[in-house]
Amino acid sequence: MAQRPGPVLRIATPIRALAQRFAFLMLLAGAIGLVVLGKIDTLLVERVRVHVADAFTPILGALSEPLRTAESMVEELRDLGRLRAENDLLREQNERLLRWQTVARKLESENRELRELLNFKSGRIPNQVTARVIADSGGAFVRSVLVDAGARDGVEKGLAAVTGLGLVGRVIEVGRRSARILLVTDLNSRIPVVLAGSGQRAVLAGDNSDRPRLLYLPADLNILAGERVVTSGHGGVFPPGLPVGMIARVGQGEVRVEPLIGWSELDIVRLIDFRQPIDELAGPPVLDLDPGR
Amino acid sequence: MNSGTWTRIDQLARKLAPFVTTVLLVVLSCLPISVPGMGSIAPAIALMAVFYWTIQRPELLPPIAVFAIGFIQDALSGEVLGLSSFVFLLVHAIVVGQRRFFLGKSFLLTWWGFTVVAAGAEFVLWVLASLVALHLIDPEPVLMQTVLTIALFPCVSWLLVRVHRAFLASADA
Repeated sequence: MAQRPGPVLRIATPIRALAQRFAFLMLLAGAIGLVVLGKIDTLLVERVRVHVADAFTPILGALSEPLRTAESMVEELRDLGRLRAENDLLREQNERLLRWQTVARKLESENRELRELLNFKSGRIPNQVTARVIADSGGAFVRSVLVDAGARDGVEKGLAAVTGLGLVGRVIEVGRRSARILLVTDLNSRIPVVLAGSGQRAVLAGDNSDRPRLLYLPADLNILAGERVVTSGHGGVFPPGLPVGMIARVGQGEVRVEPLIGWSELDIVRLIDFRQPIDELAGPPVLDLDPGR
Repeated sequence: MNSGTWTRIDQLARKLAPFVTTVLLVVLSCLPISVPGMGSIAPAIALMAVFYWTIQRPELLPPIAVFAIGFIQDALSGEVLGLSSFVFLLVHAIVVGQRRFFLGKSFLLTWWGFTVVAAGAEFVLWVLASLVALHLIDPEPVLMQTVLTIALFPCVSWLLVRVHRAFLASADA
């Protein structure tokens, strides 16, 4: 920048360069230190991360609003194009669902009668919070999302995150106004599940791909693609029977599960406290996903 | 006197442009954008901005700013805190060393340079993330992310060139 370097500058320049190099090395060491610290003191690093996420939550929330509008407009345009085909499909589906409704009504009344007969007390209604996804890691190394509800809304660590389709993941970090959800596809996600058809237990293990694997299955088990996978309720974080996905692929000693959630459409999630107090574990847990109650 | 203060504030704001735009891009890259078929892989936009500003105005993006950008990226995306800072700092150091090679050359050459840097950065990230997780992370999404990052580099550069001209054109002269 200086046109004619004077004597002071001639000495100062190498010193400044040295200082800069030193500062650079310190920062590099600091970055590695942070990584190591994250391994040793998980809680401290988590708190720092939660604070940063909290600080950015209003910005993320505000920015995601117009994005959502644009997305829904594109979606609407696309819908217009396939209106006729969809109409036919829906009419057919409606007919089928009406038949199911009759069956459901009958079962409901039967269920009520049987409950009265047994003097059955239904369990507590789980504490639940509805939240919007405001940030998606989108990285290849973690699968988690940030939602715009935190401790002030009653979110706690360990709550299950679900949509109308099924299980999304669970809350791992909670800030004042934001919370991070570890998706079932993340490398660190392990969920006890059961195959709905055979009743075989397994563990659903994420590996950052879109389709998590099933672990601890007996080798001689005959598994068919399309079989439903639901939570088993072991471990107490999730209730039994929460839908997770379908068997997608079986082969080479590896069973993959296609989650029911379309990851790209993940928008609104419900965070539900399914963790049962010890004394209530004896009774069957109540699975109530109806937000109206 | 008064106008001098304002000029100074104006200059400071302009000098902050590289850092602010990069942080903004970090925030934008974290937004839940759903592109059908793309899955949940997002390009490493912050890497592009760090690369661009390091070539164009390294004095306005000092290592501490690079560290902070990586820190915010990790905190928002939920990745291991410190990993991005480390990789961004490495990229910064390498690009500062090779700056003369890129300055004033054609865009294609810059793009090629970014291809090498991005591939290297993603590889280092992958190795480190696998080490931290004590588990070999599936390389496929990482590869996808790298390809996407390289492919989208021209778009983001175009945007950054606009910002560069708008805020720093007078200072460049």
